[in-house]
Amino acid sequence: MKRALLALALLLAAPASAVLPDEMLKDAAQEQRARAISKDLRCVVCQNQSIDDSDAPLARDLRLLVREQIALGKSDAEVRDYVVARYGNFVLLKPPVEADTLLLWAGPFAVLLLGALGLVLWRRRAPAAEAAPLTEAERAELDRLS
Amino acid sequence: MKRLIFILPIIAFAGLAAFLGFGLTQDPKELPSQLIDRPLPEFALPGIADEPGGGPGLSSASFRGEPRLLNVWASWCAACPQEHPVLERIAAEGFPVYGIAWKDKPEDSRAFLARYGNPYAGMGSDFPGRTAIDLGVTGAPETFVVDRHGRVRFKQIGPISPEVWEQQIRPLMQQLRAEA
Repeated sequence: MKRALLALALLLAAPASAVLPDEMLKDAAQEQRARAISKDLRCVVCQNQSIDDSDAPLARDLRLLVREQIALGKSDAEVRDYVVARYGNFVLLKPPVEADTLLLWAGPFAVLLLGALGLVLWRRRAPAAEAAPLTEAERAELDRLS
Repeated sequence: MKRLIFILPIIAFAGLAAFLGFGLTQDPKELPSQLIDRPLPEFALPGIADEPGGGPGLSSASFRGEPRLLNVWASWCAACPQEHPVLERIAAEGFPVYGIAWKDKPEDSRAFLARYGNPYAGMGSDFPGRTAIDLGVTGAPETFVVDRHGRVRFKQIGPISPEVWEQQIRPLMQQLRAEA
């Protein structure tokens, strides 16, 4: 019974979010868009949280700003650009592919390619040449040692 | 050739160590400002005086004619009392310092200035925090250097230390004064 209760509690538990009821938009569809945008915006105070997760006062201000812009009829991209114009690409938890983020996006694939290239070169060199047979003198030395 | 294969991982490790070591010297809290060489965003803030409307406030339009400092601070900010003597010194040296009290009740801002002194030539109250977002503020204190044309030329994140004033901001202010 206890286990069943625990399982039920775990099933019902949802990740907490920092959005307070008084911040929410009346229109459910707009509120959903606001939530989706907020999840991709970094809180600049506690940098590894999104503004949707963060309790920081500045995160609240930004959540309200996102909702205000949506209520004004702005598109998702326009709202994102509005925040990026003020804080830079850093506020996007998923930075766009641009010249200065190319290393970030392409780096892992470049390393993978280098590794594959190394592997191919290494395999191509095999099989290793057989060792030359021992000379008489070496054999005599070996016998002496053993 | 054989030897190279053994040296290669060491070189790669040294490269990675140098790269990550450089990363350790960078402060991830300091975001580069989007405003450098761009005009100060428009704002018109009420003052912090104990009267309806807060008395004379601060507007972006007034940042014309001479280079100025714009300091974003708050009475709740822990580093602000530490920075305050430097601001007083800057004002005493004849460089105008303007302030924005960020997310701060006017009465708290007033109490802070009554306690620590008031080096500010003008003060605006940004209790809703909207102007601070337009300025890309991430915390208090932050200070903007604004040139005579109302363009932001430099942003200091965190308190201005005497060293930062002497070595970075004062030379910049003098250069901006010399500029046409």
